[in-house]
Amino acid sequence: MPSITGIAYKNLRRKRIRSILTIFGIALSTWVLVSLFGFNRGYEASLNNDIDNLGFQVLLTAKGCPYEAATLMLQGSKSLRYMPETVLDSLNQNAAVDKITPMLMQTVFDVNKGEEGGMVGYLGIDPETYPSMKPYLTFSSGAWFTDRDAKEAVLGYEVAELEQREVGDLMLIPEKEVEVTVVGIMKRSGTQDDGTIFMPYKALQTIFGVENQLTSVGIKVKQDVDINAYEEQLYSIPDVQVVSMAQVKNTISNLVSTAKVMVMSIAIIAILIAMVGVMNTILMSVLERYQEIGIMKSMGATTFHIFRLIWFETVILCALGGIIGSLFSIVMASLTETLIRYILPYAPSGALIRIDFMLAIKSIGIITIIGLLSGIYPAYRAAKIKPIEAIRSSEGEL
Amino acid sequence: MSAIITAQNLEKIYIRGSEKIVAVDKVSLSLEEGEFVSFVGPSGSGKTTLLHLLGCLDNPTSGSLSIGDISVFADNKSISEQKLTKIRRNNFGYIFQKFYLIPTLTVKENILLPYAFYKNPSANTTAEELAERLGLSHRLSHLPKELSGGEMQRVAIARALINKPNILLADEPTGNLDSKRSMEIAAILSELNREDGITIILVTHNPALAEVANTTVHLQDGKVIG
Repeated sequence: MPSITGIAYKNLRRKRIRSILTIFGIALSTWVLVSLFGFNRGYEASLNNDIDNLGFQVLLTAKGCPYEAATLMLQGSKSLRYMPETVLDSLNQNAAVDKITPMLMQTVFDVNKGEEGGMVGYLGIDPETYPSMKPYLTFSSGAWFTDRDAKEAVLGYEVAELEQREVGDLMLIPEKEVEVTVVGIMKRSGTQDDGTIFMPYKALQTIFGVENQLTSVGIKVKQDVDINAYEEQLYSIPDVQVVSMAQVKNTISNLVSTAKVMVMSIAIIAILIAMVGVMNTILMSVLERYQEIGIMKSMGATTFHIFRLIWFETVILCALGGIIGSLFSIVMASLTETLIRYILPYAPSGALIRIDFMLAIKSIGIITIIGLLSGIYPAYRAAKIKPIEAIRSSEGEL
Repeated sequence: MSAIITAQNLEKIYIRGSEKIVAVDKVSLSLEEGEFVSFVGPSGSGKTTLLHLLGCLDNPTSGSLSIGDISVFADNKSISEQKLTKIRRNNFGYIFQKFYLIPTLTVKENILLPYAFYKNPSANTTAEELAERLGLSHRLSHLPKELSGGEMQRVAIARALINKPNILLADEPTGNLDSKRSMEIAAILSELNREDGITIILVTHNPALAEVANTTVHLQDGKVIG
């Protein structure tokens, strides 16, 4: 017994080359669609990852305290302001906080620096919390401090190069006449950490006589937390100022949004191309089978039956094209990524295209729905064929 | 016997630009169940148009038409397309000069074509019986392109009979066949009328085929002239 599905399938096989070309066109559109969706996800995730690598999103400093190393170097230690270490407890109690890390900045004048001497800065950090905030910091030799009180130092890449230091060297802190051991040297990170001398903050507090005092606290908030709202809460702590990375994040988010608009525009064009291709193929097929459809109607097929028949053909084409295109996009993901990296002026690190099974299924669904939409007009045209018009067009008789 | 098709003052007019063409000119006729009628006449006499009107394939311009008890067209109004489809499905079988077989379907699938749209569990058996009767049993799995003209028309006849119609409309069924095959088709139609009691309306140019019918209606310029 023939079925509507069977008739639809056999008809597509009748014009094999045309059907294959249409499926190929849909597959290409699906490839573009899946790759673009995958790129959208991958690009955003990689950018977020890069933002996370910036370390903390909020920097809390004592009011009036400079937070940029460059400003500190110019103004010297006289401009430093402190906040009590107890601020850590109140920060830890807030549910929005993911991680915090205390910091203490100190500067001294080194007469041996340059020709006329210069300021040297030390950043006291917590070896337990700071490294996880800055996962991109890696060592070319050595490691972090043995404990919070150790008289040890880790040198940024540029400092170590400039001072020709190696792990195991002793460094004298001018004015304080205290020697510390170099226990680690960083690889280049491309951030201001390259020019920093890191020390355990407890040791730095003792050496500089500022026990239980901090100059800043780095705060990383949990994902999906409204940073702006959290910053407002921080102002309830007395005598602090809030330096936010939100602006940086906003800029990058805007970049992502722009990329998304661009990607969606290309996706819509891909979809339109697929729609026109499908509509053209099916419409051609309907016009070629004018008489056949008329005969089917004379034998009792209703408008709805014919509509279904033509729609099935569209679904078969789109579903096959969608499946092939999705498989193709998965297989070709790395090549597509290379191509996009070549085209983009800036691409974040990490996988740019992230395609998974669900994304492929979603894209096949979208393509099939689009196929159904583009099949409406040809199906409507077919369904409206009157048996007598079909017969008359063939016989040319009154 | 009761009238199976009743037409009163049936008229079909085509307008082509400023020209008015009267294809069927106020034809009135009544066909009884089991009749075998042939419409004959020169080209353009309106016989095919009249066949299409009686077979509910086309709407008349004016007049009235009833199939059995159902009024299909009256007072310049036709019943709905849905109802017409149902009438066509339940009452009519159509045979055309050009066979109109679906080239991608096998002989059996072509015979069963009406049941692609409506399920009928017994249709399979009916199709095999019809194929046997029409000498097509060995061709059931073949495609139309593998058949001769005579075989193709026999497949078209089987397809027209699959829904067990009470009226069979045949428009130049032998137009594409040689005289030997034409006579085979004539014999089949005659048998269907005689043994199955199917009412047959036949349009033909072929005098030998027209003679198979019990009644001959002559048409000229859209009018019944005898």
